[in-house]
Amino acid sequence: MRRSIPLAAIAGVTLALAACSGSGSGSGSTASATASAKPTLSGTLTMWVDETRIDSMKPIVDEFQQQTGVKVDLVQKVSGDIRTDFVSQVPTGQGPDVIIGAHDWTGEFVNNGVVATVQLGDKAKDFSKSAVSAFAYNGQQYGVPYAIENIALVRNNKLLKDTTAKTFDDLVTQAKTANTPFSVLIQQGDKGDAYHLYPLQTSFGAPVFKQKDDGSYTNEIGMSGDAGTKFAAYLQKLGKEKVLDASIDGDKAKQAFLDGKAPYIVTGPWNTTAFTKAGMDISVLPVPSAGGQEAKPFVGVQGAFISAKSKNPLLAQEFVVNFLTTEKVQTELYKSGGRLPALTAAASKVDDKVLAGFNAAGSTGAPMPSIPEMGSVWSFWGTTEVQLINGQAADPAGAWTTMITNIQNAIATKK
Amino acid sequence: MSHQGTQVEIPDEAPPRTPSGRRTGVGDTSHARSWSRGFFVKLAVVAIADAVSVYGILTAVAVQSWGVAAFLLVALVAITWVYFSRRGLPAKYLLPGLLFLLVYQLFVMGYTAYVAFTNYGDGHNSTKSDAVAQILVQNEKRVEGSATYPLTVVDKAGTVGFAVVVDGKAEVGSASQPLTAVDGATVDGGKVTAVPGWQVLDFASIAGRQDEIVNLRVPFSSNPDDGSLRTQDAQNGYLYRSALTYDAAADTMTDTSTGTVYRPDSRGSFVSPDGTALTPGWRVAVGFSNFTQMFTDSRLSGPFTQILVWTFVFAGLSVLTTFALGLFLAITFNDPRVRGRRIYRSLLILPYAFPAFLSALVWRGMLNQRFGYVNEVLLGGANVPWLTDGTLAKVSVLMVNLWLGFPYMFLVCTGALQSIPTDIIESARMDGASPFRIFRSMTLPLLMISVAPLLISSFAFNFNNFSLIYMLTGGGPSFTGTPVLIGHTDILISMVYAVAFGSGLKQYGLASAVSILIFIVVGAISWWGFRRTRTLEEL
Repeated sequence: MRRSIPLAAIAGVTLALAACSGSGSGSGSTASATASAKPTLSGTLTMWVDETRIDSMKPIVDEFQQQTGVKVDLVQKVSGDIRTDFVSQVPTGQGPDVIIGAHDWTGEFVNNGVVATVQLGDKAKDFSKSAVSAFAYNGQQYGVPYAIENIALVRNNKLLKDTTAKTFDDLVTQAKTANTPFSVLIQQGDKGDAYHLYPLQTSFGAPVFKQKDDGSYTNEIGMSGDAGTKFAAYLQKLGKEKVLDASIDGDKAKQAFLDGKAPYIVTGPWNTTAFTKAGMDISVLPVPSAGGQEAKPFVGVQGAFISAKSKNPLLAQEFVVNFLTTEKVQTELYKSGGRLPALTAAASKVDDKVLAGFNAAGSTGAPMPSIPEMGSVWSFWGTTEVQLINGQAADPAGAWTTMITNIQNAIATKK
Repeated sequence: MSHQGTQVEIPDEAPPRTPSGRRTGVGDTSHARSWSRGFFVKLAVVAIADAVSVYGILTAVAVQSWGVAAFLLVALVAITWVYFSRRGLPAKYLLPGLLFLLVYQLFVMGYTAYVAFTNYGDGHNSTKSDAVAQILVQNEKRVEGSATYPLTVVDKAGTVGFAVVVDGKAEVGSASQPLTAVDGATVDGGKVTAVPGWQVLDFASIAGRQDEIVNLRVPFSSNPDDGSLRTQDAQNGYLYRSALTYDAAADTMTDTSTGTVYRPDSRGSFVSPDGTALTPGWRVAVGFSNFTQMFTDSRLSGPFTQILVWTFVFAGLSVLTTFALGLFLAITFNDPRVRGRRIYRSLLILPYAFPAFLSALVWRGMLNQRFGYVNEVLLGGANVPWLTDGTLAKVSVLMVNLWLGFPYMFLVCTGALQSIPTDIIESARMDGASPFRIFRSMTLPLLMISVAPLLISSFAFNFNNFSLIYMLTGGGPSFTGTPVLIGHTDILISMVYAVAFGSGLKQYGLASAVSILIFIVVGAISWWGFRRTRTLEEL
């Protein structure tokens, strides 16, 4: 699909934490004398996590149990099924109390009535604004963020030391001086990968949906018209020049970069851990513009949702709203998961060069739209792009316009 | 009991033909009541089955699944009766099979049929009461600019209330009584810690009454426009106002600010007069619309014929090619003159031993245009678009399926060949028939008697061979510009998957309906095929 998140989680954070009073500020143990300061809650929460996130969650829930006395049953679900299973099992009462996932699940969950609302209250301002709004839908908050991720341009410093290119074309020209089989790797695959091409697309001024002033999306397609067709023609050009290749999927792109077969790759923090582990010297830079405007990647936000049918609503809220939002927990999750914390206080203390690079590249990006119709958009979008790249669609403007019509029809019939 | 009755039972029930068994005189020597070892074994097995059923019934009752409870009750009675009654003899052998048939076949089919007539899918995921509750929750919004109230949960004679500090004064309220100031309350750090007449709940009691507390709305004042106080964590309260109210008697949702009334429609949603629907909706029966959609929706009916033809071509050619190769190899290795037949036979069965979906994935990698083993090594760096060109992808699918399928045909043909009496072949040879003539007029017709039904089932299997298509090509390469994302190698069942799930919105109702249609097609073909094979037997 559009992206994979093989998270090489480094678990094993040692814990030693004084009880946190329920006041929500997470400010230490000054109130421990009063009766309510050491809450001795009881009960069990069931929490669903996929295999990419479970290792970093384990120490966190242990800590929660130590602090509150609430046991958390971590259930590992397959990442391909967790979202569907949640939607189909919550109505039967068999679902979990809490699910850890990505912000773009919000629309589907709300549309099916399977998530509870959360109230961050004053805590909302302690978070990066776009991270909180990523979990909002129709003006209501449904999830609590803990990590932010986005893609950027990663350079192999052994092959190229410096990047002066201001445009993507210059970047390709410069990359070719490294004399490697590939210049700039952008993963595709049979079904395309619109996610990894999005920075190039936005540089033509063609966002997938139009945005309101507050950053939230309208359901009006933004990539139609001239800007979109120019991008389509550009894709075809990159395909002809063999910069982009449909047969290079995520694994192949990663391997080629690891093998030193390309000076640049457009990828996210889920892969850089493997690069640095392999002893590579890398730098993370923003993707240069291809169409004249700024290249903005999609921003993905990780967070926690509460089931609409949780039998332990208070305990679930305690975990999600009061525990997961503390600076200590967000920092621990950053250390084990390698993603930028969503909490500003925790994020400001991150001194990792690679993550700082991703952060800079994503600072202007917008969250991926979470409307349920996004499913139809992804598949048409990726397929058309891959057909432009491999030359199956000869007329870029026509193919792009047909794609827009098809997406609009798909969205219209879903209502 | 007549003597005769006992006599009849003995042959079926076996052992107790002992003299002592007869001497009990009363004539009732049924296995069920003789205290033999077999009886105790049976007693133990039935006791375990009954215990499991009772446990299941209790669990089902606890979660109010009446259908499951009723089924288990019937099963319990049936098991106990059949194995201890003397009249239930034939049923003893049938019952386990019948139960599994019910659970694994009939229930699944019945449920699929039921879903096919509903609009179950994204947006219509649950019951109406769930939908109403969710619509209300989703439309209950925090009063803009209102403060956070550190809150204490209190209790008076079983009634839960909230105590908060408003403008420096402690106030208490419950569902029926808006917040009012109380004298003599203790306040510590902006939070009420004691209220006269109310008992402050500790965390243990809060955890035990979670639903009550989360669902409590305490009116902020006697003016409903001020909103009401609610909490989600029993520590902080916020002021909320509902944007929608539900009138249970009239079954309508009303927007409190605009006055728009939303009424339930036949498709399972609350809809306003101008057509705006509230989400989520709920599951309702929609009749045959899922069945007709395949033909009336122009986006689906267009590519449908094309896909249908390819499905028949794919299933037919798959059977033909695998059978031809399997038969050829079977005949070759059936000849006693071939040395090392056993080794060859074992090697040939290997592809059959791998899980098909795994092999399909491996083939997908090997056929990759740029990095695949076939192009890179076997063809010395050729650039053949095995899976990315429409026609070639079809050929690739058939080739891979041939590789996957011929060992099965090889196996059944070998078995069938060995069961053909050698003397008639011998006599034909004596009569001077050529080997081809023997094959055409003797071996093949005799072979078809036992193999033809397997060919039909193989056709039915390949007609629905979802895992091969999904794993090998994913239906691709996609058609350009079609309004539903399907491709050159999609067969009916993978097209259903693409339509019902591939778009991001799941439509279980449509998927069930179309799979029933496919079942009818496959069923009809199989029925016709089996009828035809009967004529073969008259040879």
